[in-house]
Amino acid sequence: MAKMPIETAVRRSDAIAKASGTQKYLSDMTFEGMLYSRMVRSSIPRGIIKNIEVPSLPEGYYFISHKDIPPEGKNELWMIAKDWKCFAENEVRYVGETIGLLVGPDRNVLANLLDDLIITYEEHEPAISIEEGLACKGGAFVNDTNIFCELEIKTGDEMDEVFNRADRVFEETYRTGFQEHVHLETNSVACVQEDDAFVIYASAQCPFYIRKSIAGLLNIPYDKIIVRQTTTGGAFGGKEHFPDVLAGPLLVAVNTIGKPIQMVFDRSEDMEFSVKRHPSRTIIKTALDDKGAILGMDIDVVYNVGGYLSCSFVVLQRGVFHATGCYGIPSTRIHGRGVATNTFPSDAFRGFGAPQTLFAIERHMDHLANFLGRDPLELRNEYLLKKGSLTNTNGHVYEEVKLPEMIKQITDASDYWRKAKEYGRGTGKGIGIALYNHGGAFTGNGEQMIIKGHARLHKHSDGTVDILVGSTEMGQGFQTALRKIAAQVLDLDLHMINYDNPDTSKVPDSGPTAASRSTMIVGKLVERAALLMKKRYDSEEDFHVEVEYEHPEGFPWDQNTFQGDAYLGYGWGAAVVEVEVDALTSEVETKGIWVSHDVGHPIDELLIRGQVNGGVIQSLGYASMEKMENKKGYFKQNSMSDYIIPTSMDFPKMESFLVDNPYEFGPFGAKGMGELVFNGADAAFCEAVSRAIDRRICEIPIPPETIVELEIHGN
Amino acid sequence: METKIDFTLNGQQVSVTTDPLRRLLDVIREDFGLTGTKEGCGEGECGACSVLKDGKIITTCMVPIGAVGGSDIVTIDGLKETEQGKTIIEAFADGGAVQCGFCIPGMVMAAEDLLRSNPHPSEDEIRKGISGNICRCTGYDLIVESIALASERGDGLW
Repeated sequence: MAKMPIETAVRRSDAIAKASGTQKYLSDMTFEGMLYSRMVRSSIPRGIIKNIEVPSLPEGYYFISHKDIPPEGKNELWMIAKDWKCFAENEVRYVGETIGLLVGPDRNVLANLLDDLIITYEEHEPAISIEEGLACKGGAFVNDTNIFCELEIKTGDEMDEVFNRADRVFEETYRTGFQEHVHLETNSVACVQEDDAFVIYASAQCPFYIRKSIAGLLNIPYDKIIVRQTTTGGAFGGKEHFPDVLAGPLLVAVNTIGKPIQMVFDRSEDMEFSVKRHPSRTIIKTALDDKGAILGMDIDVVYNVGGYLSCSFVVLQRGVFHATGCYGIPSTRIHGRGVATNTFPSDAFRGFGAPQTLFAIERHMDHLANFLGRDPLELRNEYLLKKGSLTNTNGHVYEEVKLPEMIKQITDASDYWRKAKEYGRGTGKGIGIALYNHGGAFTGNGEQMIIKGHARLHKHSDGTVDILVGSTEMGQGFQTALRKIAAQVLDLDLHMINYDNPDTSKVPDSGPTAASRSTMIVGKLVERAALLMKKRYDSEEDFHVEVEYEHPEGFPWDQNTFQGDAYLGYGWGAAVVEVEVDALTSEVETKGIWVSHDVGHPIDELLIRGQVNGGVIQSLGYASMEKMENKKGYFKQNSMSDYIIPTSMDFPKMESFLVDNPYEFGPFGAKGMGELVFNGADAAFCEAVSRAIDRRICEIPIPPETIVELEIHGN
Repeated sequence: METKIDFTLNGQQVSVTTDPLRRLLDVIREDFGLTGTKEGCGEGECGACSVLKDGKIITTCMVPIGAVGGSDIVTIDGLKETEQGKTIIEAFADGGAVQCGFCIPGMVMAAEDLLRSNPHPSEDEIRKGISGNICRCTGYDLIVESIALASERGDGLW
């Protein structure tokens, strides 16, 4: 049988079980003698716990707190930083901070006990917004300045000198809001004892992260905690570190009580008391010469980190490294800060810091073009990064940048040039374009220095092959992609290749399922392992091969100075969005969406389409309707009826293109793409609305009420 | 106060004695172990817990079991055994409609409900037909196409 090209779509291996409802998720599982648990949380944004009055507990019910952490353990969760406690002891920094767990056999009784548990606080004045955090409202609670993390990168000439030379300066401030993941399966974790180990069952992206994060609570070796990923009903970054916040207290509780315990958030808990995308403020100041050419950009980026740092410095770094988007700017200075506030800690969300600054630079290019009286796409085309261009970390673009071809695809398909001319500003009709990229895998040499991923393949005597990695399927299609890679190399039918949800006691650590690295990095490990296995496949019966990550030559990076090649390669994207704004209600109807992506070489065209469609619609939701406000420390939206995400009626079918641009170091030429597809449709949508109503749009989301205000009051 | 409630569940006559205010969703999942029906939001917004009650789609998180006496309930666990159910499920698998999968049993129920009343829906009619079901992964395009595929393959079934 002739081999099919790798990109030919196959049926996902998990589709039938999921569609017919036979696939078990964590909430579908029970364990013998299993107890339920409810989190006891801080009800104020900032203060000191003075007293916890636990109601009298019926037999078989327990209240678990930091006092149950054994003396040899440490009350901390290790999520890159170690500042986030498992249980608040004294200080609380945000509404919803874990104080304790109520555990017992009946969920109704637990709900009543939770109502009767009274915590008294000494309340302090909270800082909620970025500005309040920067102003240390109520007094700084981190580093005397509330600055959790900070970095600055520069290229070209000194900024003062650049601005002294400038003929004109164009400056604007851009803001993005919170975004909630709304994975359809809420956060769900269970913990049971098995022999002398604790087993964590978790709906999670990164089983090895959980193990590392919580082992210190009991001061036990990693191998005494086994994490088994359960089939994960969506994650988008929301289950990268956050499952630790459930698993930690459960581990302490099971250690104390000795029975299996489950915790499944209901939707309101999952919305109100979970991590979010970082709100941002980006100020871009551009120096122009007398002909309107860009001399340099001075960019100030601030992300709202919330109460604890966890992974936010890494998010901020990615934001800073993407702050000049797809453009080569002669001189740049980018200053990034993560500010502490009394909101729920912000954390990973598809794009991991890049969408905020990409939104800013794309809006800036549009408004700058308008300021110069030029077409926004023509201006962009002049500054596009190309192979060999310097990046804003003084590294290089190594791959061919196919943006010109991609732009042509979508401008032709959308009839962009005609519409851009015909739809005058303020006519109610508008079309916008945005360009974007996403650095694949961990920053700099993190794949080598921090992760050093492993992958193993095991051949059984019946000829079937198991893929053993710690990377997870969360809906994106990773298990199908991996199986295709192994099958293609080994020249076997797909059904001969097995992949199960990872169990940390059985698989090597291939690193977290994050940073668009799984297919690109772990897929490559599997490809290499399969090539090794192929040599022995016919002659040996039962054996395994294991490979370790090898960093490609070149790509210098200094993590202390943030200089060099921040990423091994980039995915690239371009989006056109067309809208009509209702003259009476200011509701926006999206008339068309055209996107093109460079994902290297696709591993499966249908999986890619699924990722593109889903990511672009999430981005359009982010831009248009997903409004999550925090007032005085409390999220105002805590249900799916008041935090609105797109339905099937909100956006039309999109037209999606790919360009083939095989990536040298990826499996079959594939590179990262799961986050890329989120990074630009939001800005294209805003530009389309901006032209339709003839107003500048510098902030998302822009629900109809914001559009009305803009139309009435102007900018 | 516990009450005895008789109804038809996936073609079987069943009886349950329970608090009539319990959600149909919990009775289906806990008393009958039919975990194919998922809880997504608990407030009737997302459609993950959809079943057919007397041929009409409902969200089981909003219906107390006391309101189900004498009704005919079909869940995904029943639908998947029928020709119609199999046709939709196969089309979803081939059409790339399934990602994380958590919303999909409810989507399959919505597709069945739509195709019963309109065996050959247009794209717009499909979008309207599943507008009560939220999916965060797919952006809906491939679900819409998969329902059209099911309609084409299952011509005459509905």
